[in-house]
Amino acid sequence: MGDVFTPFNFMLLLIGTIGGLILGATPGLSPTMAVALLIPFTFRLEAAQGLILLGAAYTSTVAGGAVSAILLKIPGAPANIATTLDGHTMAQKGQGAKALQLSFLASAVGGVFGVLLLIFLTPVLAKWALAFGPSHLFWLAILGVTVIGSLDSSSLVKGLLSGCIGLWLATIGFDDIMGAQRFIFHPAVGGGINVIPALIGLFAIPQVITMFAKGRSSSGAEVIVVQKSPIKAAIQEVFSRKRALAIGTAVGSVIGLIPGVGGQIAGLVAYDQSKKFSPESEKFGTGHSEGVIAAEAANNAMVGPSLVPLLTLSIPGSPTAAVLLGGLLIHGIFPGSDLFDNHPDVAWTFINSMLIGQILMCIFGLYVAGLAASVARVPHSVMAAVVLGLAVFGSYSVQNSMGDVYVMASLGVGMYFLERFGFSAAPLVLGLILGPIAEANFIQGSMIANATSSVGSYFFTGPLNLTLIIIVVASIAYSAWMEVRNRRYTSKEEIMQ
Amino acid sequence: MTDLPRNQHIVASGLVAAVGAWVTYISYTQEPAAAFLFPRMISTVFVVLALWTFGKALLGKSQVGNGLSAQAMKNILPGLIVALIYIFWAAKGLGFYTASTITFFILLSLYDPAPHSEGRTWIKRIIITAGFLAVMYGLFAALLNVYTPREIFF
Repeated sequence: MGDVFTPFNFMLLLIGTIGGLILGATPGLSPTMAVALLIPFTFRLEAAQGLILLGAAYTSTVAGGAVSAILLKIPGAPANIATTLDGHTMAQKGQGAKALQLSFLASAVGGVFGVLLLIFLTPVLAKWALAFGPSHLFWLAILGVTVIGSLDSSSLVKGLLSGCIGLWLATIGFDDIMGAQRFIFHPAVGGGINVIPALIGLFAIPQVITMFAKGRSSSGAEVIVVQKSPIKAAIQEVFSRKRALAIGTAVGSVIGLIPGVGGQIAGLVAYDQSKKFSPESEKFGTGHSEGVIAAEAANNAMVGPSLVPLLTLSIPGSPTAAVLLGGLLIHGIFPGSDLFDNHPDVAWTFINSMLIGQILMCIFGLYVAGLAASVARVPHSVMAAVVLGLAVFGSYSVQNSMGDVYVMASLGVGMYFLERFGFSAAPLVLGLILGPIAEANFIQGSMIANATSSVGSYFFTGPLNLTLIIIVVASIAYSAWMEVRNRRYTSKEEIMQ
Repeated sequence: MTDLPRNQHIVASGLVAAVGAWVTYISYTQEPAAAFLFPRMISTVFVVLALWTFGKALLGKSQVGNGLSAQAMKNILPGLIVALIYIFWAAKGLGFYTASTITFFILLSLYDPAPHSEGRTWIKRIIITAGFLAVMYGLFAALLNVYTPREIFF
């Protein structure tokens, strides 16, 4: 814990927290994009310091999104959609300050619980991960891509196809074993596709083009001015709404552990469950404090557990966790046993900073909310130009290479158009990050298999291989079933109309 | 589904299928075969899924994604052209800071809802652009010591 409190590390934690709160409040700047744009700033830092900055930004962008959700009715991030339902109505009734206080307090409670879960589960799972051989790591990488591809996308086939595109992009460049050139169609990709410029392009550029698509229209968002409200009353209110707080925290923690299921779902499911179990369910949607508490506790409780599969098994639990994986890899650190055996100082400094970050987020959130609300009014014309500039400078600074800037721009523009047709950035990013892990373990496994048994029996037998294969198939089957069910439901509704 | 999104779905999924077919062709024809073992596995799944998506688009059964409206395309085009000129030519040709400043000012003027006829609006835009340049220079040149291509001015 002591490493977090060294002056420089604590300053980074403060910068990440306050900056994250402001970035999170800005509509259009999602936590994933904010963390991706911050990665170039961590190059000159030590691994633990870089992760402190990124972790603090991740935590507070999710909470900061509540500011614009409550005061402008524009969720700062998808995770804050459910907060808008009651939070904005509270603000309209003159309870904006109270809604903000409730949201930051609930976020802190949920967030602290989520990080405690991360602290207790991670070492256990990391030890278990030691039993994994090349075939298991291969299936884990495939699992990471298929789970996010099937659960994060609105279309199963397009989600999996996005994952395949990511896996293919990861093979571009020189093959590690034979040294053969693969798919080098332009000199800019001669050395392969660098993950960081790709992440910046895939998350930032589509957002820039989305802002262009709005044309010269003003945002039209009116910020509701908040009156001062006693914090003591808000603390009492949060802890008197134990049911909503417990449901939000539990739902967020469980959903965070499932790879690919993001904060948006956590907030909405917690809101829905809290409404179902509340004796005052009719008040939901009319500015009820339980709605804000459940949604905000859930979306921050998700943050810690979403890092459990990332830090132990290399499978990011959310798109933002995937970007954090990129932040780990640039420092030459691989999650799993390598992280806890060879870099325990980095791992624990990072995890502890997440815990302290939750508390700082709550304290500063209450003070920064006013400033964050002003930033949320920044016109999209300014925001688009700023993000474009940061994306260009950020991707160039990775290797001082114009090739990286070209790759960033090409992937970003391509991704914008693909997203318009139902493709998704998250599985593509997972494919790009996990592709080299999958290939290296596939080759290693094949060599072992050729020396001992057959490739088929090495990769398709054994309890762990079979379990992972079953999870891969089950996630695809579940997603297919949900898609068919939703289609039937929609056609029934159409017939009824 | 109307004709515009349907045709757009056909073009988009057709392009993805074409990339998938190219990747598969390269994977199965290039040597050494051992280096293309993993790409072969991926490309086979890639091309099957891409053709499935293309087939659905041809039959008008692509249900996910709304495509792009004519108005959205009209709004995007000027900004996208400016951004692409900046990235693929100006950043290197004029130098990062000069090109970024010019691009920032053009994008701000293109998408700012404030009227173009007022002098005050232009002064505001110039001040915002100068602020942006100062922040970028401070962050990347002074703080991070990133050496960027410098052609005109700095």
